Amino acid sequence: MTTTQKITLNPISRLEGHGKVTIHLDAAGEVQEARFHITQFRGYERFCYGRPFEEMPIITQRICGICPVSHQLASAKACDAILGVEIPPAAKALRVLEHMGQYIQSHALHFFYLASPDLLLGWDADPAERNVVGVIGKYPELAMKGIRMRKLGQEIIRALGGKKIHPAFAVAGGVTNSLSETDRASLLAGFPDAYTTCHAGIELIRGWLQDHWEEVKRFANFSSHYAGLVDSNGCPDMYDGKLRITRHDHQIIEEFDPADYLTFIAEHVEPWSYLKFPFFKPEGYPEGCYRVGPLARLNIADAMSTPQADEELQHFRKLSENGLNGCTLLYHYARLIEALNCLERAEQLLSDDRICSRDVRYTGQPVNEEGVGVVEAPRGTLIHHYQVDDYGAIRKVNLIVATGHNNIAMNRSVQLVAQEYIHNGQVQEGLLNRVEGAIRCYDPCLSCSTHAFGQMLLSIQIYGADGELLAEIRRE
Amino acid sequence: MTKPKIATVWFEACSGCHMSFLDLDETLVDILSKVQLTVSPITDFKDYDFPEVDVGIVEGGIGNTEHKEIAEKLRKHCRILVAWGDCAVFGGINTLRNGIPKEEVLRYGFIETESTINGVMPIHKELPALLDKVLPLHEVVPVDVYLPGCPPSPEVIAYGLTEILEGRIPVLPADMIHFD
Ligand code: SF4
Repeated sequence: MTTTQKITLNPISRLEGHGKVTIHLDAAGEVQEARFHITQFRGYERFCYGRPFEEMPIITQRICGICPVSHQLASAKACDAILGVEIPPAAKALRVLEHMGQYIQSHALHFFYLASPDLLLGWDADPAERNVVGVIGKYPELAMKGIRMRKLGQEIIRALGGKKIHPAFAVAGGVTNSLSETDRASLLAGFPDAYTTCHAGIELIRGWLQDHWEEVKRFANFSSHYAGLVDSNGCPDMYDGKLRITRHDHQIIEEFDPADYLTFIAEHVEPWSYLKFPFFKPEGYPEGCYRVGPLARLNIADAMSTPQADEELQHFRKLSENGLNGCTLLYHYARLIEALNCLERAEQLLSDDRICSRDVRYTGQPVNEEGVGVVEAPRGTLIHHYQVDDYGAIRKVNLIVATGHNNIAMNRSVQLVAQEYIHNGQVQEGLLNRVEGAIRCYDPCLSCSTHAFGQMLLSIQIYGADGELLAEIRRE
Repeated sequence: MTKPKIATVWFEACSGCHMSFLDLDETLVDILSKVQLTVSPITDFKDYDFPEVDVGIVEGGIGNTEHKEIAEKLRKHCRILVAWGDCAVFGGINTLRNGIPKEEVLRYGFIETESTINGVMPIHKELPALLDKVLPLHEVVPVDVYLPGCPPSPEVIAYGLTEILEGRIPVLPADMIHFD
């Protein structure tokens, strides 16, 4: 093997977190293993010990500034379970509305700010241009639409919780305040524009998929199980429901009350990553690989809960002969279908007069020593599990976050891309962008996943059979 | 006139401060047109040998060896260094781990949590080691500007940046100072 020189390709990123990739070759110079290392860790599970359980929604939302609401909700649900209460119906509607706001902002952020530079400007475009600033320059109208769509989501959160990031809203037993009629009216006014934007995004991604169909079929395509919450009609439910796990062929393998997650989900640890590897327990590690997030939720769905999104699901399904639903690039399309679903859900909730009810909180003393709260965060299933003592002080915390569930799958996707781009120890041009693209499909929120966050610091190191460093690929 | 260059990074943080920057919405487009964004989580420049920049912006506390190295490098390459948000200014929520030995924090997360099976300590040459305590930025390098808040509101961010771009060190008016 001769590739001992340092290969420097082009940049990387627009990812939410800290990570790097190493690729290990065998003696023939073929890819043996690829590892996606998450290099950040914060320690929430340990440092929450001893805190009063009511503080958890406020503390744990600081795990992530992109999906703080999901953490707040999973946490508040775990606290409800400790209080042993059903929260008032209006409180539940308001929590769901808050979550829809976050989905709208998070999915708009991912598509318009982070993914669209690849789609609109091309993977091999000049890295100096290939970012949201470049998109604003070249497609100002679309960029402004994306900005306004994200803004609508953030405004929903602000109307409820007083601020857009780390709001104080969902608490043990309900929510802190009701929604005013004025805010309700001004939020509703923002929907027509957001629908147009969402449909424009869908058009764009559909066209892109068509133009790149060969690559889409090939790119990091593999079968895995899928997991997500569903309601009683089998529609993806972002706030509540049963946890459904299906096989690649849509066959349901398990559907259970998420409070029983420990029976079905376990986590493996590799010494080379701060991110654990959850797996489907009955099948072991790594065979029990499942994926979560938009693609998974669409794959497990019997239908979508709203008309426009359901129509779009039918289009999505037509792409899926030959198991094409395993195509990692379809995550982008799935994400926008969900954004549409969330716009419709939010509009429905806001159109119902009961959303302004003042009966929004139950107060009481803890009756249970344990509580599990599970929601679907934008990036996938999010589990908070607490135990408290007689005084309500936290004794145990277990968190399994969305990006964690995808860890085995992200590693596998990276490996597939590496296998395509490296042969005989020779690296083809474009590897770095493709590896990053594969990871970006999962929209990994590495701050969540290691209960940590940091900039994506992705370089790729290639090691030979004897463990010697053959090449390092970084951006100039 | 060349546009002032800006680099932004995040360390032990939640990304909320960067999200708050994006919450400038339409004004964001304005601000971005007046500066040149180099290294940043939202761009494709990822070279931590930083170009020379006018303003370096840091979200997050310093929690591991890599954060420390990058912070030191950024300090060398920027004229004005900004601590953005409570985590960079004070260490923030992450400092809740400071009273606990780091080995214990790791052992709990990777071995003792209920869903973990056959856990091991994540110690590897590819993983930066945790520092004993999470530190605010100014304990590692000198800081020129502090913009607190968790996150700082978009208004605080805009005010701070505009003042800096106009050649002044921002002093937040009282009604803009908030710590949540
Ligand atoms: S200051 Fe708050 S918003 Fe900013 S990184 Fe820290 S926890 Fe997140």
